[in-house]
Amino acid sequence: MDWSPVWISIKTASLSIVITFFLGILAAWGIVSCKSQKAKMVWDGILTMPLVLPPTVAGFFLLYIFGVKRPLGSLFLNVFGIKIAFSWGATVLAAAVISFPLMYRSARGAFEQVDENLVAAARTLGMSEWQIFSRVLFANAMPGIVSGGVLAFARGLGEFGATAMIAGNIAGKTRTLPLAVYSEVAAGNMEKAYGYVAVIVAIAFCAVLLMNWVGAKDERKRKR
Amino acid sequence: MLQAEIKKKLREFTLDLSFQAGNGCLGILGPSGCGKSMTLKSIAGIVTPDEGNILLNGKILFDSEKKINQKPQKRKVGYLFQNYALFPNMTVEQNVMAGLGKRDRNSKKKTAAMIKRFRLEGLEKRYPGQLSGGQQQRAALARILAYEPDVILLDEPFSAMDAHLKEGLKLELEQVLKEYEGTAVLVTHDRDEAYQLCDHLMLLDSGKVMIQGETRDLFAHPVTCHSARLTGCKNISRAVKTGDHQVKALDWGVELTAAAKVEDRITAVGVRAHDFQPVWEAEEGIENLIPVQEPIITEMPFEWYITLKNGLWWKTSKSIHHHSPANVIPPWLYVPPEAVLLLEGELE
Repeated sequence: MDWSPVWISIKTASLSIVITFFLGILAAWGIVSCKSQKAKMVWDGILTMPLVLPPTVAGFFLLYIFGVKRPLGSLFLNVFGIKIAFSWGATVLAAAVISFPLMYRSARGAFEQVDENLVAAARTLGMSEWQIFSRVLFANAMPGIVSGGVLAFARGLGEFGATAMIAGNIAGKTRTLPLAVYSEVAAGNMEKAYGYVAVIVAIAFCAVLLMNWVGAKDERKRKR
Repeated sequence: MLQAEIKKKLREFTLDLSFQAGNGCLGILGPSGCGKSMTLKSIAGIVTPDEGNILLNGKILFDSEKKINQKPQKRKVGYLFQNYALFPNMTVEQNVMAGLGKRDRNSKKKTAAMIKRFRLEGLEKRYPGQLSGGQQQRAALARILAYEPDVILLDEPFSAMDAHLKEGLKLELEQVLKEYEGTAVLVTHDRDEAYQLCDHLMLLDSGKVMIQGETRDLFAHPVTCHSARLTGCKNISRAVKTGDHQVKALDWGVELTAAAKVEDRITAVGVRAHDFQPVWEAEEGIENLIPVQEPIITEMPFEWYITLKNGLWWKTSKSIHHHSPANVIPPWLYVPPEAVLLLEGELE
């Protein structure tokens, strides 16, 4: 078995979850603190789009933005010497964009579930907005944020459509596990596909177990 | 000294009030949804009034004309939330310390002192979820007082509490308020709580101040029908003046003599359910006697509730060991003239 798709996938999913995790939380904090209901709705719509669009369409947009001949793509290529489309970076980009809404929505839901009196109490006690975010909002939204992170990680690991569009299916370079499964099945090598499927199932299941374990641990800490 | 003038448009009504509170505890008494909590939140800076000004010990917290709106962080208020709002992710000790800045060298000492004062020793490392309701309230009070606020705001402190815990906690809070030297404002819909804990009272309805004054005085002379109801007077009847000290209670069909002089503007008369006295043998010429006709008797654990045919309602105490209303119902009820409340305003 060629192990390169496994390593590519793990690297891609790991880097993309780091990006998604921070951007998703920041976006959620921004939306939660946003006072205008209309702006909230519009921004939420934009941030959620990658979740509801078919991944190939999301990939189409990525290609449209980061393609070599497109303004942003050529900017990266000419100024920084980085080619994004059809490179390993593109798998990270695709995974991050597609998994972002899961992280953002989970974090937002978790923030909104934190009792607003806690935030008000923290303010009257003189805590700075940053302290309130880190010690009150984030700390109490932790279980929801962790489960959002795990979901986003699993989604990034399984990303197929957008990756195929912007990163292609280059063996040893951009061929992630889902693409490898597809390629092997397309070529009639069912035996090889079994191995990749097994790896994906194992990683995804472990991720969900981890999520439940963290949730249960948190529960134990606060209740008798 | 707290001075406030607050105007804020809410969905159902406009909050429009002005008041001041010196040392001691000011109670804001009113039915739920009358703007009580909104008033407290405006003082704390959690919500912003549309117009008005709020001054605390001469310091401007809010002034719409001068465009001043201090952040809650700068207002130095201690706010006791209805659900106490203890941080569930922090231990009791961390909660109490939360309001003390990192630069405060005495924060450890102050925290320890508060934990001792509120009898939370041994619970320092517990999380709020592991505390009883009473312990939670004490922890919240410890957190507020450690912060050394210029004013304490108490938002329905006992509404989330089991009845059997309330009495003890009320006594404790009474003690805390007595020892506290600044201004305190307590919001409640419970008249007993208001009477027990507050030196001054302000009755609020639909965002407007109905009446304000010294607590005992307000209960003794509620002035309007509305405040009579809010202070717990169940018997109120439309009335007309018939003499210098006489009124006719139209709904009850009796003439009553009041100790106070009857003004022309009175519209109603009230008698508290506890103020009737049973009379077994009527003498000639006694005023304020009401014949007891076709009474409906309800047994409560410690009281008889007696409703007369004309709607008057009388309460008399009883023992839990007796269940027979025989010898409880007299032929007449007497109303002492000083118990006749002369009221103004509309009777709804």
